[in-house]
Amino acid sequence: MTEKNKDKTFRIHLMVCAGTACVSNGSFEIKEALEKEIKKYDLKEEVLVVTTGCNGFCERGPLLVVQPGNIFYQQLKLKDIPHLVEEHFLKGRPVEKLMYSPPEEKTPIPILSDIDFFKKQVLIALQNRGLIDPEKIDEYIARDGYRALAKALTEMTPEEIIKEIKESGLRGRGGGGFPTGLKWEFVRNATSPNGGEKYIICNGDEGDPGAFMDRSILEADPHCVIEGMLIGAKAVGASQGFLYVRDEYPLAISRLNIALEQAREYGLLGKDIFGSGFDFDIKVTRGAGAFVCGEETALLASVEGKLGEPRPRPPYPAESGLWGKPTCINNVETWANICRIINRGGKWFSSIGTETSKGTKVFSLVGKINNTGLVEVPMGITLREIIEDIGGGIPGGKEFKAVQTGGPSGGCIPKEKIDLPIDYESLSEVGSIMGSGGMVVMDEDTCMVDVAKFFLTFTQDESCGKCTPCREGTKAMQQILTRITEGKGKEEDLSLLEDLAKSIKDSALCGLGQTAPNPVLTTIRYFRDEYEAHIQEKKCPAHVCRELNTYTIDEDICLNKGHGCDLCRKNCSADAILGEKKQAHKIIQDKCIKCGVCYDVCNFGAVKVD
Amino acid sequence: MNQEIISEILSKYEDEQSSLIAILQDLQEHFGYLPKEILINISKEINIPLSRVLSVATFFAAFSLKPKGKHPIHVCMGTACHVRGAQPILEAFERKLGIKSGENTEDMNFSLETVRCIGCCGLAPVVMVGEDVYGKISQAKVPGILKKYKK
Repeated sequence: MTEKNKDKTFRIHLMVCAGTACVSNGSFEIKEALEKEIKKYDLKEEVLVVTTGCNGFCERGPLLVVQPGNIFYQQLKLKDIPHLVEEHFLKGRPVEKLMYSPPEEKTPIPILSDIDFFKKQVLIALQNRGLIDPEKIDEYIARDGYRALAKALTEMTPEEIIKEIKESGLRGRGGGGFPTGLKWEFVRNATSPNGGEKYIICNGDEGDPGAFMDRSILEADPHCVIEGMLIGAKAVGASQGFLYVRDEYPLAISRLNIALEQAREYGLLGKDIFGSGFDFDIKVTRGAGAFVCGEETALLASVEGKLGEPRPRPPYPAESGLWGKPTCINNVETWANICRIINRGGKWFSSIGTETSKGTKVFSLVGKINNTGLVEVPMGITLREIIEDIGGGIPGGKEFKAVQTGGPSGGCIPKEKIDLPIDYESLSEVGSIMGSGGMVVMDEDTCMVDVAKFFLTFTQDESCGKCTPCREGTKAMQQILTRITEGKGKEEDLSLLEDLAKSIKDSALCGLGQTAPNPVLTTIRYFRDEYEAHIQEKKCPAHVCRELNTYTIDEDICLNKGHGCDLCRKNCSADAILGEKKQAHKIIQDKCIKCGVCYDVCNFGAVKVD
Repeated sequence: MNQEIISEILSKYEDEQSSLIAILQDLQEHFGYLPKEILINISKEINIPLSRVLSVATFFAAFSLKPKGKHPIHVCMGTACHVRGAQPILEAFERKLGIKSGENTEDMNFSLETVRCIGCCGLAPVVMVGEDVYGKISQAKVPGILKKYKK
């Protein structure tokens, strides 16, 4: 709210999602159009447009939620806005055609909380999502913001804070799953050389492709991360913090800087916070595009301005971290949980989830799924509930094949395990990991060998090169996978891959290398038949590996159904298609580069791939 | 002129030695890449051997030692984009532009690069041209996108 709007009340609040996906989809233009129409009808005193952080339902952006009432509008276009403002905000008649209807259904669901995507979610880390303007500290404070900090600074001893976090059962949300309270205790008990400083770091180097949980938290609710770090600082005895954020997240960086500035203005950062004698400040450090910097020792080197290379542990950062001082590193989502635990108690938090995994986890649900977006679910929920109920299943009636969790360090879980409960232990039993929360859904058209090659290419490229097993070993694995996808695989390749995987796991220096073979191992374990089809029959069952594909045109369908529409020939960049309008078309195999564009554009299913 | 820019950037940092990455980021932002003479200059100014400056400049993906085209194209290769067909899209750009990923067109109008994940997975597959984001694209849409930025 701007200063002049601070004490005003409005009849209607229009919460426009300004997460990265919605912004890319034009949400700021939607906001301007809303404001213009509101002005036109002289509703400026009654209707307020607010930009919020990521709402979560990215698939349906740009999004607008109308409060009070929780009315959910989606896939807005600029041309819809005049009608929407006139009908709903002037005349009070909500516009049904802009509301969400589940895939293949026609009845719209007006209220956000009635939509399946939102219904099963439990919000703790994301509790402010879509409800506040992240650039306004007053809105955060109005939703109990910095209350936990006041409690921690004025009513609790460091030991009491640590006890509360331990009791909550919170484990690191960056992937490792180490108990947070225990880590804090280590840092608290560590002595800094020459009685020097201790440091707090927030790891926001969210490098897993297909994951955007941390970015969304930083963009939607930056103050909750800052508040968490402040509480952590009091608990471990640190006076300086660093927020390490990926360079690729400019919006998150800018909102964090605004939030830090506002917190300083309010005396919530700096000297003698709340008159308690406690000093703490936070600096934002931008990453520079190296995946390995998500690994904590590499991250430390990068904050010090050095090459982002990892080093062996122990000593752990809790003992010897930034500039050799005890350092407490937690990831964004972990920090976001802290103030909520202090406010509501460790016991409350531990009542959610399973025996060993407490609380909730935020996932970015992406890939071949109807409802792409950001979801927060209680630990212990099954994959089926996430994919079918929240995610709305697989688009286009295709069959679900697998879900990949944990990014390049994780594994692929096959459809037979769809009833697996999500917790740290169950995921690791099936060969994957919780990871930071990427969840990529794959269907029958996804080739699992290609997926394994994709991840290996990623880790190979991001390997910092310091240790041989990772630098050379992942390269060897990548070469084998490449030849398999090109139809040049050999019988012994699978056992060779397994041997290499085992050696790399046992000998690589850091987590990047040690976990790099996981996507290969799990795909061999669950999808051996696909590997064998590539190696023995030289076929890619999902028709993804293009060297193994042959495209042909069914002349009968082309002529009788498509009437030789000529679209394929027009799009073919290799001049490999013969034919004219109203004639059957034909592919010249010698010229075909197997790009598949003809298959994509044919509206009649005349192009076949084998 | 360049000297002024360097001084201005350096003045923002108290501890220049540990701020090397941030300094290079500012330079990259200003020049669009890291020109050789600027790196030599910086190495002298902050008293860090050129070899170390270069090792940092070549380690991180955010830095480029080559100038970029007027319209940099970034094809997202994140997992969500990959399973929704990013690879054939990258190849379609390569064919249409006649360059490989990592290269510039001869007239310097375009440069083509891949990017890890821009976090717009809901719009997969995604391509960025400059600051413009194109979501849910297909090979067939590539020529139309390029047309908008032709000289």
